[in-house]
Amino acid sequence: MIKRKLHFSAWQIILASVFVTFSTLSVYGQDAATSDGEPAAPVEAAGSGNAAAGEALFKANCASCHKLYKKAVGPALHEVSQKYDREWLYKWISNSAALIASGDAQAIAVYNEYNQTAMNAFPQLSNVDIDNILAYTDTPKPAPAAAVAGATGDVQSGGASDNTLNSIVLAALALILVLLVALLFVVNSTLKRFADANGIQTDFEDEKEVRRPLWKAFAENQFLVLVSAVFLLLASAYFAYGALMSVGVDQGYAPVQPIHYSHRIHAGANEIECKYCHSSARESKHSGIPSLNVCMNCHKSIGEVADATYQEGMTEYGIDYNKEIEKLYAATGWDSDEQAFTGETQPVRWVRIHNLPDLAYFNHAQHVTAGNIACQQCHGPVEEMEVMYQYSPLTMGWCINCHRETNVDLANNGYYEKIHEELSKQRGGKQLTIADLGGLECGKCHY
Amino acid sequence: MATTKKYWKSTAQLDESNEIVKNLEQNEFATPIPTEEFLGNNEVMEESSTTRRDFLKYVGFSTAAASLAACEGPVIHSVPYVNQPEQIIPGMANYYATTIADGYDFASILVKTREGRPIKIESNKDAQYRGHANARVHASVLSLYDNNRLKTPLVKGVESTWETLDKEVSQKLNDLNGKTLAVLTQTFASPSTLAIIDMLKAKYPNVRHVTYDTVGEDGALNAFEAKYGVRGLADYDFTDAETIVSIGADFVGNWQGGGFDKGYSASRIPTSKSMSHHVQFESNMTLSGANADLRYPVTPTEQKHILAALYSKLVGGAANVSLSDKVSKVVEQTAQKLSKAGSKAVVLCGLPDQAAQQLVLAINEKLNSSIVDTAAPIMTRQGNRLAVDQLVKEMHAGAVGALFVAGVDPIYSYDDSDAFAKAMENVSLTVSFASREDATAQKCDYVATTPHYLESWGDTEIKKGLVSLAQPTIRPIFDTRQMQDTLLIWSGSDQSYKDFLKESSVNSGASWSQALQDGFFTSNTGLKSDENTAEFVASVSNNSALSQLVSSKKPSGFELTLYTKTGLGDGAQANNPWLQELPDPITRTTWDNYVTISQKDAEQLGVENENVANGGLNGNYVVVKMNGVERKLPALIQPGQAQGTIGIALGYGKTASIQSEMQTGVNAYPFFKGGSSVQTVSVENAGGEHEFACTQLQNTMMGRDIIRETDLATYINGDKHDFNPMPEVSLNHIETPVTSPDVDLWTSFDRSTGHHFNMSIDLNACTGCAACVIACHAENNVPVVGKDEVRKSRDMHWLRIDRYYSSTDSFEADEEKKDGFEGLFGDNGSLGGFGELENPADNPQVAFQPVMCQHCNHAPCETVCPVAASSHGRQGQNHMAYNRCVGTRYCANNCPYKVRRFNWFLYNGNDEFDYHMNNDLGRMVINPDVTVRSRGVMEKCSMCMQMTQMTILEAKKDGRMIKDGEFATACSNACSEGAIKFGDINDKDAEITKLKNSDRMYHLLEEVGTEPNVIYQVKVRNA
Repeated sequence: MIKRKLHFSAWQIILASVFVTFSTLSVYGQDAATSDGEPAAPVEAAGSGNAAAGEALFKANCASCHKLYKKAVGPALHEVSQKYDREWLYKWISNSAALIASGDAQAIAVYNEYNQTAMNAFPQLSNVDIDNILAYTDTPKPAPAAAVAGATGDVQSGGASDNTLNSIVLAALALILVLLVALLFVVNSTLKRFADANGIQTDFEDEKEVRRPLWKAFAENQFLVLVSAVFLLLASAYFAYGALMSVGVDQGYAPVQPIHYSHRIHAGANEIECKYCHSSARESKHSGIPSLNVCMNCHKSIGEVADATYQEGMTEYGIDYNKEIEKLYAATGWDSDEQAFTGETQPVRWVRIHNLPDLAYFNHAQHVTAGNIACQQCHGPVEEMEVMYQYSPLTMGWCINCHRETNVDLANNGYYEKIHEELSKQRGGKQLTIADLGGLECGKCHY
Repeated sequence: MATTKKYWKSTAQLDESNEIVKNLEQNEFATPIPTEEFLGNNEVMEESSTTRRDFLKYVGFSTAAASLAACEGPVIHSVPYVNQPEQIIPGMANYYATTIADGYDFASILVKTREGRPIKIESNKDAQYRGHANARVHASVLSLYDNNRLKTPLVKGVESTWETLDKEVSQKLNDLNGKTLAVLTQTFASPSTLAIIDMLKAKYPNVRHVTYDTVGEDGALNAFEAKYGVRGLADYDFTDAETIVSIGADFVGNWQGGGFDKGYSASRIPTSKSMSHHVQFESNMTLSGANADLRYPVTPTEQKHILAALYSKLVGGAANVSLSDKVSKVVEQTAQKLSKAGSKAVVLCGLPDQAAQQLVLAINEKLNSSIVDTAAPIMTRQGNRLAVDQLVKEMHAGAVGALFVAGVDPIYSYDDSDAFAKAMENVSLTVSFASREDATAQKCDYVATTPHYLESWGDTEIKKGLVSLAQPTIRPIFDTRQMQDTLLIWSGSDQSYKDFLKESSVNSGASWSQALQDGFFTSNTGLKSDENTAEFVASVSNNSALSQLVSSKKPSGFELTLYTKTGLGDGAQANNPWLQELPDPITRTTWDNYVTISQKDAEQLGVENENVANGGLNGNYVVVKMNGVERKLPALIQPGQAQGTIGIALGYGKTASIQSEMQTGVNAYPFFKGGSSVQTVSVENAGGEHEFACTQLQNTMMGRDIIRETDLATYINGDKHDFNPMPEVSLNHIETPVTSPDVDLWTSFDRSTGHHFNMSIDLNACTGCAACVIACHAENNVPVVGKDEVRKSRDMHWLRIDRYYSSTDSFEADEEKKDGFEGLFGDNGSLGGFGELENPADNPQVAFQPVMCQHCNHAPCETVCPVAASSHGRQGQNHMAYNRCVGTRYCANNCPYKVRRFNWFLYNGNDEFDYHMNNDLGRMVINPDVTVRSRGVMEKCSMCMQMTQMTILEAKKDGRMIKDGEFATACSNACSEGAIKFGDINDKDAEITKLKNSDRMYHLLEEVGTEPNVIYQVKVRNA
């Protein structure tokens, strides 16, 4: 009997250790390299300027209309210094309008080529500054991202060290487990040897005929049957209840959207305020899925993501972010070559994630503007979500709990002036929850 | 022993030869059960291989499969704008000021839109004039989403394009060869439209514009034009009126286009301890008669005589008329009251008779009445029936080459529609400007489909000098084009009507953006009538007019007075289910028109009305005959109907492009000879049974004080206890007021903090106009259930306006009669007495009482709900959580006010109830803030919780306190009479708090101790 038990435990341990080992391997597998999209480390290049200083100036002054390798509002500026005379460029950049007015043929040609869009004057840029910028724009185009991937390993070092630590810990644990298994074998065989030595019978084969099988003994013990039946019923009732209560609760619902929109990049990496896009949450019951013109406020000039982001998308999520931006352009009818809307629009059919039943009235403005509640309280860490999902259960119990626990800030809203005055007399400064103000009444949300 | 006992089941068993008894001893049922029929063809049954077991398996499997499939949630898509318009925030309402001018109703209104679709009409309270909407105007938003509207222009009845239409019509217009181009239109009263018709005149040689009012006011218009030179109608503002005498004019209702009720109600509220005195002489029971202090049922001929007598007493001239002693005494008293009130007095007349209207103008002039305004007349009726008749003649003669019809449907509404149809055949080009393929459009070669007014631009000079602007509140839903745009194209202009309107308004002194935002501006250009029709207007002296009235003789048959109902009006919105199901304020009948007849005449003809076993009202048919016109209609016995007269409502019996459910009633326009509402007819009993769908069958209050009433003298001189006593109950043999906590079973909530809503209904100001009922439908997604369901008392109206008749001459006398009962039997016995009290008097007093959920603080419905679906809020509202309700209906049974409504069926998306909620277009009107209820749940008035919550939220968002007047409900907003007021009684300075503390305040059924949050103000009559 002892033997059997021991064998049983040993198997379990073996299985467990194998499982652990495999999962550790898969963790190693997740190690991925990404790259930086900027031109290769600024190098002193042709011309006399400082490309590093030029990069800063470019980003501050030029980047909203010009890209290096692609036409935007204005022309692509890579190697622009080789196209035009440097003196002419000084004049053009410091005041293009004056140059055009002076009747300079080249200036007029450029002006006309770009639909007579006037370029801002930059009198604040000295010739040295312009040299620096030109030095930056003359920097050779970096090799494709894959080639530089290895070179940028240092960027990932923070994450990599974490991974290594985890792996070491897991490997150590696996080793300990293997040792334990071995130890058990040893102990088992030692004990058996002792038993044999002392003449204790360890082979129970012959007894098997006499002993009743366990299930038969169990079946004949009515008390045990009763108890286990009750237990089983209770357990199944418990699970059935749980399963039924989760019908219609879509916590964790993360549908695939027609355009892969990453809240992680927008709200997380770029720290865009939630209500910049979901502006109606301040005013209305709906937080509103932003209309596409809101996207285009920024994406008119952001046609591609940075290389690093691109690589991350491809390797970690299997998403080509640039293609997703193309989808946005297709939907809004934006022609990025012409930098103009074609007028052909195709509204996007998003999949709605948070679906309250029609019988419940919920108002975002009440919570966001009047209640001053952070979006994350109900929507979770949206800034970390690559794919948006339903964070909260959105059940009535969940609403009610919050209404019971949340205090109302009576002092800082003029609406409560009279109520605050009366209640502070009555209750002597005791805090009030939403429930105390009638926030649990049926009709407040169901009408 | 026991076995020998015989139990008799009926006396029939005594007769041993009785077949049925013998039969029943063997069989449980007297007739065999039709099992064969039920199970169908026996052979097929036997051949079938499906056994009972298989069947059960299939059922089990499909049930399991269906429930498994149901576990998967649906994928809901959300499609935001590509370019969101700046002013639209999803979830927030936008309001636009516009104007309805459909030829019958004219009003300056606000339109509530959500996500770009109009969902509700509100009064434009800032408007200088006619800024309030009646029931039809409130319902007009649903007509926008009418599935039976035309979706494209038509050429010869086939859907076509605008290019084809323009090309073909222009060509035909050029080939007129000097024949007349007749433009037959409703009254537009639109300066810009008239200018466009002028452009048409400039382009084509022989253009004639004829204005045709479906329900015309020719008598009054002719009299006014003859006297003041303008084709318009005198305006009346009753706010300061002391004595109002109306002879056949339903000025509280639809008379001359309506809209006078606001001022009238203001004069009826006894604030400074005085109120107006209103005397009404009429044949039909109208809203005005129901609201009058004194009402006399008289025939139209008698009305003429009364007017003549009044004229001779007030102005002069001999009126030798034979009036009964009673009436002549009344006329004498009335004349005295009129002269006493002087300039605060006014006389109105509804007779379709130029002579009568002329005398009324003269009387008001003599009285120097400040109530009448003749300097700036109302321009919303300008039609001339004689000009129309002339046009029909010319069409017959072939002198008319082209006919444009806009805003009217003469094939339906012209009295001799056959003649009109025949005349149309002689016209080579007929174009209809209609939004639906109505009877006339069906006969026209071309239909230049017009949009609904909520999709249109426009301007309307409702009253001289005051122009109301209309602007689109939604993009045209269908491929439609405004008549004005079409006419501009056909007259060779390349301007759009919007630009034309802007130019024309700016030229009249409007600041365009401001005027568009307000919805109105004051015009500085002179008034222009639709068309000069002076040739048709004869001028007579007052004396000959007087003798004309005096010489009128009582005809031999019945005198028929045609009227329009609060619901359907002239019938333009006949396809609107809200209006069809709106109970008539007087008869409380829905989905029908009928002959109203007096009890005495009904008895003489043998016509009967009776309530059948299921509670419905049935009535016999009568045949009404007049010069070859013969129509069979059901007869409804109407208390207060003058003997020898009958009434029939116009606007029913429409069939062209009307959904079959909405093809109700009988078209009475063939009786509307010459556009005159008074006719002589003969009536015969035709037997048969007609099933009415009435929402109220209990006509009297049986002497109870459901509506508390007093007279002005008691109100002024008496103590509150005299006219508004608090009911008392006995506690230890001591009379204790029911409001005392000692006799209360309940402990009260503390409601001193926050808001505590109350609604006050002033029974003096309520005219029963029913605008609140429709506003409630629109706001709260109240379903339409159809005639059959209404007949079963399953109407879903959250707000009803009860109408009570007195059983004796007055409600006061009813109460005295009840108090005088002694014992059960005998002359004063209560058994017979109460029976008598059930029947209304021949000329009863009438009172209206809007009743919605009373939001009791001690609500009987809440305690009986087994699932706590009905609960109480601290703001005073009685909440109804639909998703909790399991439909036991205990609450409805325990409600003393009978205001709860049960969803017997699924009323949306159900082909059995094919009204607006059963199609995608109609569902656009649904208010997204209010749940659409499903089958099996109870519902009721929520006191517009969504509106009060929104008001609170707006204040919280702005961080400010709420001012008095901000809280409102759909009904209080719609009540232009000021009868329904809503507010927070915790605001000590609020108007509602004053009303709550008023002497006239009482609660409905106060004695049951429910402590409602709806309060009523005692009705005071100035008799």
